[in-house]
Amino acid sequence: MTTATVPDHRGRYGVFGGKYVPETIMFALEELETAFNEAIQDQEFNELFQKELAIYSGRPTPLTKADRLSESNGGASIYLKREDLNHTGAHKINNAIGQALLAVRMGKKKIIAETGAGQHGVAAATVAAKYGLSCKVYMGKEDIRRQALNVFRMKLLGAEVIEVTSGSQTLKDATNEAIREWVAAVEDTFYLIGSAVGPYPYPKMVKQFQQVIGHETESQFKEIKQGKLPDAVVACVGGGSNAIGMFAPFIEKDVPLYGIEAAGMGVETAQHAATLSKGSNGVIHGSLTKLLQTSEGQITEPYSISAGLDYPGIGPEHAYLHETKRVTYEAVTDEEALHALKLLCENEGILCALESAHAVAYSLKLAKKMQKDQHVVVCLSGRGDKDVHTLMEFEEGGE
Amino acid sequence: MNKRWEVFQHSSDYRFTPYIMAGDPCEEATIELSLALEECGAHALELGVPYSDPLADGPVIQRAGMRGLAQNMNLEKTVKLVSKLRERGLKIPVIIFTYYNLLLQLGENRFLKLAENSGVDGVLVPDLPYEESGYLQKICSEHNLALISLVSPTTREEKLARLSREAEGFLYCISSLGVTGVRSEFRAGLDEFLKAAKRNSRVPVLVGFGLSTREQIQQFDGSSDGFIVGSAIVKKIEELESDLLTNREEAVKTFKSYIESLLPVYSR
Ligand SMILES: Cc1ncc(COP(=O)(O)O)c(C=O)c1O
Repeated sequence: MTTATVPDHRGRYGVFGGKYVPETIMFALEELETAFNEAIQDQEFNELFQKELAIYSGRPTPLTKADRLSESNGGASIYLKREDLNHTGAHKINNAIGQALLAVRMGKKKIIAETGAGQHGVAAATVAAKYGLSCKVYMGKEDIRRQALNVFRMKLLGAEVIEVTSGSQTLKDATNEAIREWVAAVEDTFYLIGSAVGPYPYPKMVKQFQQVIGHETESQFKEIKQGKLPDAVVACVGGGSNAIGMFAPFIEKDVPLYGIEAAGMGVETAQHAATLSKGSNGVIHGSLTKLLQTSEGQITEPYSISAGLDYPGIGPEHAYLHETKRVTYEAVTDEEALHALKLLCENEGILCALESAHAVAYSLKLAKKMQKDQHVVVCLSGRGDKDVHTLMEFEEGGE
Repeated sequence: MNKRWEVFQHSSDYRFTPYIMAGDPCEEATIELSLALEECGAHALELGVPYSDPLADGPVIQRAGMRGLAQNMNLEKTVKLVSKLRERGLKIPVIIFTYYNLLLQLGENRFLKLAENSGVDGVLVPDLPYEESGYLQKICSEHNLALISLVSPTTREEKLARLSREAEGFLYCISSLGVTGVRSEFRAGLDEFLKAAKRNSRVPVLVGFGLSTREQIQQFDGSSDGFIVGSAIVKKIEELESDLLTNREEAVKTFKSYIESLLPVYSR
């Protein structure tokens, strides 16, 4: 398979990736690339990272067989990789710990981050507190309103939350603003990006720090199933960090992989966030990838009930895996995701994040078509406590 | 190098290059403001293209972009607007300032053909660093368009030397880190940076980002060959928005006296 050769030395995944940023921060990307490459060659750094994942975030996270859910659904059995059991409640912390350790190693004292739903913002604020860094989180005004709980959490953790009022006042604009701030403060500030997006080396770095999800899954599954691999692996895709981390060890192996985007009200409507299904090639946040845009190149506002999937771009490696057809990308609607969330609650006693519910919904469809002795692993990227308010609003609105 | 660039490069003035946003607040206003700027002594003009996600711009130019977008201004129309400027007698070089995604969607080749036929002299892409610009550079030279390079105080020494040597049209030196916008202070050591840029450059070295007063502009005379003023002018246009739409003649007069108050007396 050709995937072993990406990214190339220019940070390209096929045509995708690269560094489309103002000249002012080019030196910082080079500096980051050098520091990152040195760090991951350094055994001490890797051991420290593994140790922090274990004693701070509680890794390894379990692989839980969803017995009752699988039974009632029929077909293949479903296994859940429990990223929801991480400290702060989602996979985002893996990457935040990795990048924060790198920031410390580089001697940076200030971090900045963007956030949509607030999950990455909370993760960034958490590691900033833990490692004694100052932290500014950029968040769209609209998201601040929608995610008041996470805003309060970030403030409790000592972070400064900066309201972004430009553009459509959501994640895409928060990311623009974080990059703008980085351009201004680049000499002493570390930009802690929240997904496998952005200019090179960010997509590679985020994958590196998230691949623990896939590696644990592989060995846990092999242990249960006498060395076998799963018959399918499913993850939701916003920017693509939990998915690329989950897929990492399987890309080179003969395992079908599924990335699930948000279809919102349906991909045939204008209200969706299905970047790969409906987008076209373009540049967003420093990277050439697929994105949702007008024919003239104005980036359009996506929609999903789940704030974490509500992003008009996608990490460049996913664009590449889509183009080479190594990964199958499908889209799941709000309604399907909500239904799956309830089924998981009622059958397994697990309230998952709305993002993760998209992956669960697709797994249910997929498992139904498979044999009883087959196995689907789904990445349960986060817990649903943050979404309770949205769920309540939806219930009330729906009745 | 075309005639317009020749005049620009051979000028002995401290060159004034204003930036305005196409379609802000409407196309006809952009035309009249451009002509007014030339009358006030502009040596070249940067024409911005409205974009939904202008990463390198501060709030003032972001708002101008929103106004331009509301007028349905886009890259293709901006290029065609340059034809109209030429018909109306504009003689100075015009540089299209566009984000890369807009170029990609129109098609780089299509853009260059259009630009060449419309009297555009250069293009500046703030999110396309040297490392990613190989292809555009190649086709720009085939179509006789200058791809304007931006260099920053954070640009490494060797890269600065190379970019200065290879610069076409003019070399754009960023006065401070950060996005476009009015500033009260500039970076320490800026003179050194400008000197290093001038050492290797065959074209005029211009300083830009944050300049908004006559004093600030004068400060760089000597260390640079010219200056770019964007946000301050765009802010004035914002103030004059309603008059520019309804009482244009008067508004353009006010605009011109503002520009005159900004320029060092000797630069005209
Ligand atoms: C729980 C959870 N899952 C998934 C995502 C989507 O991000 P990514 O595609 O980077 O994993 C988010 C983003 O906020 C999230 O909070």
